[in-house]
Amino acid sequence: MHRWRPEDPDGPGWIWPDGASYFWDSTRNLNPNPVNKIYADADAALADIQDGATLMLGGFGLCGIPEHCIAALVRKGVRDLTCISNNAGVDDFGIGLMLQARQVRKMISSYVGENAEFERQLLSGELEVELIPQGTLATRCMAAGYGMPAIYTPAGVGTEVAEGKESREFGGKTYLLEMAFEADYALVKAWKADRMGNLVFKATARNFNPLMAMAGKITVAEVEELVEPGDLDPNTIHVPGIYVQRIVLGTQYEKRIEQRTIRTPLS
Amino acid sequence: MLDKNGIARTIARELKDGYYVNLGIGIPTLVANFIPSGMEVQLQSENGLLGMGPFPWEGSEDPDLINAGKQTITTLPGSSFFDSAMSFGMIRSGKVDLTVLGAMEVAQNGDIANWKIPGKMVKGMGGAMDLVASARNIVVAMQHVNKAGESKLLPRCTLPITGLACVRKVVTELGVFGFDQEGFVLLERAPGVTCDYIRDKTWGHLSSTGQEPEIQWG
Repeated sequence: MHRWRPEDPDGPGWIWPDGASYFWDSTRNLNPNPVNKIYADADAALADIQDGATLMLGGFGLCGIPEHCIAALVRKGVRDLTCISNNAGVDDFGIGLMLQARQVRKMISSYVGENAEFERQLLSGELEVELIPQGTLATRCMAAGYGMPAIYTPAGVGTEVAEGKESREFGGKTYLLEMAFEADYALVKAWKADRMGNLVFKATARNFNPLMAMAGKITVAEVEELVEPGDLDPNTIHVPGIYVQRIVLGTQYEKRIEQRTIRTPLS
Repeated sequence: MLDKNGIARTIARELKDGYYVNLGIGIPTLVANFIPSGMEVQLQSENGLLGMGPFPWEGSEDPDLINAGKQTITTLPGSSFFDSAMSFGMIRSGKVDLTVLGAMEVAQNGDIANWKIPGKMVKGMGGAMDLVASARNIVVAMQHVNKAGESKLLPRCTLPITGLACVRKVVTELGVFGFDQEGFVLLERAPGVTCDYIRDKTWGHLSSTGQEPEIQWG
C-alpha cells in the first residue's frame, strides 16, 4: 500500500483555515487530535466495566478468544456478568477462568462441553445457562451490528428452543423470531489493527469476532499486531474502525489448542 | 455388518463432483477419507472454513486453524474463510449439497434427536439445529441400536427433538434406509445381514421386499 509521507510534495496538503488537516495526516502533526483508539493494556480498556454487565466474547472453542481481556476481567473481579459466547472455555483457560472466579451469572452459548466447573455451577444453581443454536447466536449478533431488531430463522422449530417464541410462516415453512442481542461490551480478538480500529482476522480465529465487534455498544479489540493507518489494504479489512472503540495490543498469546490432531504418514 | 469405516464408505457414494459437504463429528468425519480420487468436493466447517484439508503434519499445527470439532486442520488450494454468520448463511440458504451427521434417534417421519439426554449434563446443540432445519440433503450416520440394545430407528423420537422431518437417508451398520409416507424403507442390506434381522432391530415402520441387495461400494 502506498502511504503519504510528510516529505511527499504531492501529499494530501489539504489544510483548512483552522490549521487542522481533515484528512489523515498524523505524520505531519497538523491534526491536533488524531484518532487514536489505542489503550495501554486490557486493564485500561476494560476499566469502566461494571458488575452486572452484558459482554460478548469472541472465539470458537479456544480459537480466537480475547485471552488478554479475559485475564483483565479476572484481575478486575467484576461479577454477575452475562456472557454471550459460543463456548465457555475449558476449566483453566478462556471463560473457564472467569467461571473459576465466580464472575459469571449467566452464559448464553451454543455448546458448553469440556468444562467441569461449568457443570458444577450449573447443577448447583449458581450459574444460569441459555443454550441457543450456533447459527442463531451468530445471526443475533449480526442483527445487532446491522441495526436490525430481530431475525427469522428455521433453527429450533419444533424443539424446546421454540418454546415461548413467536413464529411465522413464510412460503409454507415455519420460522422463529429471534431478537438481536444487546451487549454493553464486545471483547474480540483480531490479528491486525490500525489505530483507527480497522480489523483483520486470521483463518478460523475469525468466527464470531467480526459479528460481535459490530454488535457491541463498546467494542474492545485485542490484537496481535498494530500497524500504521494505510498499512492494511482497504480491500482486505474485515471490520471497519467505525465499529471499534478501543484497541489493545496483546503480547505473548498462549493460543492454546484444544484438540491437537496431526497427520500420520499412514493416514 | 458394517464397521464405522464401512458406514462412512457407504455414505461417500452420495458425493458428487463439485459438492459442498458438511460433515459432523464422529462417523461422519470418516466420510472425508473415502472421497473418490479425482472428485472435487469442498468440505465446510461451520466455524468458518470451506475447503477443509487434512490434519497438519507434526510441527505445523496452527492454533488459529481448527475445525468445528476443535481439531487442528489445514486448508487446501481454493479454501476460503468467513465468519460464523456467513457460515450459517450458506447452510440456511441451502448452498451446502450434503450434510452428514450423527444421531441418537431418528423417527420414521425423519425427525432427528441428537443433542440432549434428559438427566444428563446438557452440552448444547452447537450448530446441529441450524443444520437440520435448513440443509436440503441430510444423511444420518449412526449405530442401529443403542448400548441398551434398543433400536434408534423409532416410530417417534423419545429424546428431545433437534429438527423435524428433515432426514433423507440413514446409514447404520445394518443397512441403508430411505423414507416414504409410511416410514423407513430398506434400500440396501449390509453384507451378511438378513432383512428379518434388520426388521427385528428397527422399531419404526419398515418397508422391505425382503429382496434388497447387499451394499456395493463399486
